[in-house]
Amino acid sequence: MMSAEKPSNREPSAIAIRNLDKWYGTYHALRNVTLSVKPGERIVICGPSGSGKSTLIRCVNHLEEHQQGEIVVNGVTLNDSLKNIDAIRRDVGMVFQHFNLFPHLTVLENCALPQILSRGTPRKLAEERGMQLLERVRIPEQALKYPGQLSGGQQQRVAIARALCMSPKIMLFDEPTSALDPEMVKEVLDTMVALAEEGMTMIVVTHEMGFARRVADRVVFMDRGAIVESSAPDAFFDAPTHERTKSFLSQIVH
Amino acid sequence: MTSLSISHGHVAADMLPAREAPPIKRVPIVKMLFGDVMSAALTAGALVTVLALMPALKWGFVDATWATADPAACRAGGACWAFIGAKLRFILFGLYPPEEQWRPMMMMGLMVLMVLVSLSPALWGRKLVTAWLAGVAMMLGLMWGGFAGLPFVPTSQWGGLPVTLLLALLSLGCGFPFAVFLALGRRSSLPIPRFLSVGLIETIRGLPLVGLLFVASILLPLLLPPTWTIDKLGRTFAALTVFAAAYLAEVIRGGLQAIPSGQVEAAKALGIPHWKAIQHIVMPQAIQKVIPPLTNTAIVMVKNTSLVMIVGVFDMLSAGRSAAMDPVWPAPYREAYLFVGLIYFALCVAIAYYARWLELRVKAKDYR
Ligand SMILES: Nc1ncnc2c1ncn2[C@@H]1O[C@H](COP(=O)(O)OP(=O)(O)OP(=O)(O)O)[C@@H](O)[C@H]1O
Ligand SMILES: [Mg+2]
Repeated sequence: MMSAEKPSNREPSAIAIRNLDKWYGTYHALRNVTLSVKPGERIVICGPSGSGKSTLIRCVNHLEEHQQGEIVVNGVTLNDSLKNIDAIRRDVGMVFQHFNLFPHLTVLENCALPQILSRGTPRKLAEERGMQLLERVRIPEQALKYPGQLSGGQQQRVAIARALCMSPKIMLFDEPTSALDPEMVKEVLDTMVALAEEGMTMIVVTHEMGFARRVADRVVFMDRGAIVESSAPDAFFDAPTHERTKSFLSQIVH
Repeated sequence: MTSLSISHGHVAADMLPAREAPPIKRVPIVKMLFGDVMSAALTAGALVTVLALMPALKWGFVDATWATADPAACRAGGACWAFIGAKLRFILFGLYPPEEQWRPMMMMGLMVLMVLVSLSPALWGRKLVTAWLAGVAMMLGLMWGGFAGLPFVPTSQWGGLPVTLLLALLSLGCGFPFAVFLALGRRSSLPIPRFLSVGLIETIRGLPLVGLLFVASILLPLLLPPTWTIDKLGRTFAALTVFAAAYLAEVIRGGLQAIPSGQVEAAKALGIPHWKAIQHIVMPQAIQKVIPPLTNTAIVMVKNTSLVMIVGVFDMLSAGRSAAMDPVWPAPYREAYLFVGLIYFALCVAIAYYARWLELRVKAKDYR
């Protein structure tokens, strides 16, 4: 029934968001948002503070509940069914602005325990996979330390490794570098660029315009809960069409 | 090779010779004791206290009778520590049959052993809980007897230190899981668990423990059908357990409130089922955050067990009191209470030090 309803696209979307509306109490936080992400596509979302960027990507894995509209992730519709929510969270990894590592667990346990708890992976396998991914983000030597003993950049790379341990098909990043000191931003962005080059589907909320130019297939500009403009990075940065986009870009470039 | 490269890279450092550290500044002792108004006041206060305590020290040490088999040999002006020696068995074990005394002793040995094994958090887990269940069953079995040739000893004959230790340990141990659920219930978004938890916690916290003990030991048997006979020790244990649970629940709730919402969100995003996230992510952190107030509650509960005396349970304090009532000895209440107090003090200090060590261990994980 679900597939019958879907418009017959040539290529199925990894994420299809249609006419999404969300309210926090009476505050209308997302207004008729429509966004479709193809498999392997990299989307960068930017916009002023409070424009609903976090709210939008948090709706995708149901950290926030939307009230109207539709979200379909890899063919699964996000609704009240716990089964669907679980299925979607299995496919979608998330990296937060403040890392949200588990401070009472070592770096390796941070990577292994979620696999054990959500998939029932045997501990040994989970730890092996954790080590593999820590190597991929180039901090295997920190495996036995606690998150509080690492620098911000290292913590964020652990958070990326932890999310990747679950073998997600889609990764959401919510301002992954904005809590970091400038000298640590690059190491995290490098990790994300490497991930993009491997073909991961990504939605990244960021104001790192260098990253957007280099990696994004599309840049989406949001303001006051709505998508104002969406285009390829070169067009977006060099020839923005909307007034609000122009004024926003002039603010962050200078 | 290493030294070569260092001397190349840091020529300037090589040219500065190492100097001896400057001498540690010594504060003259007079200045330390009377340097400012505060120190002077404290010094004077300490001196007055020591002087005021002189008669007590004279009573306790100089004029004391340390060992004698003859009660009459205790001098009037001094402490009669010989009494403690003579009544030690009774204070520690109460009315427990003397020929079976090895059983409470072994029970306490087992308890100490299990507590020592459980100190390190590295061993905490399901296996340890199972071990404790088996251990407690063995402890109670030893005390009760009635099997394998051990004569049956009813709880009315239990007494002294084993009763104090069992009540403290079991009320805290059984109260803790209840407390966890009460704390979770109180923070739940579902109305029924929340109202039940709030109702229970506030009711119990609103009652004095003495009242709760009276209800449990006197009122409950009148209210329950006469066929239901739970013995008095069991009823006081139940009262202490719900009391401990209510207080522990509020402490744990404080810990839960201190966990940032990002922790649960990360767990959700990783697909960790809600209850497993509570068990492995939220609760361990919440409890680590409230080690000092948990310690406080544990210490209060150890001392609260002495209140069971007023409903006629023969704990260590009651045993000490009845020992002192023996007319053969010259009313050595002070000695008995001091001795019992010393044991409580040792227990509570041990708990406090253990908690401090635990807290340091937790702190070592985040030095920033
Ligand atoms: N839990 C909440 N309850 C009520 N209002 C909220 C909540 N979360 C966000 N909002 C409001 O919704 C709006 C959008 O918030 P959101 O966090 O999505 O913005 P953002 O674009 O991510 O901003 P920033 O760049 O500051 O992170 C804001 O006005 C915010 O105040
Ligand atoms: Mg945000």
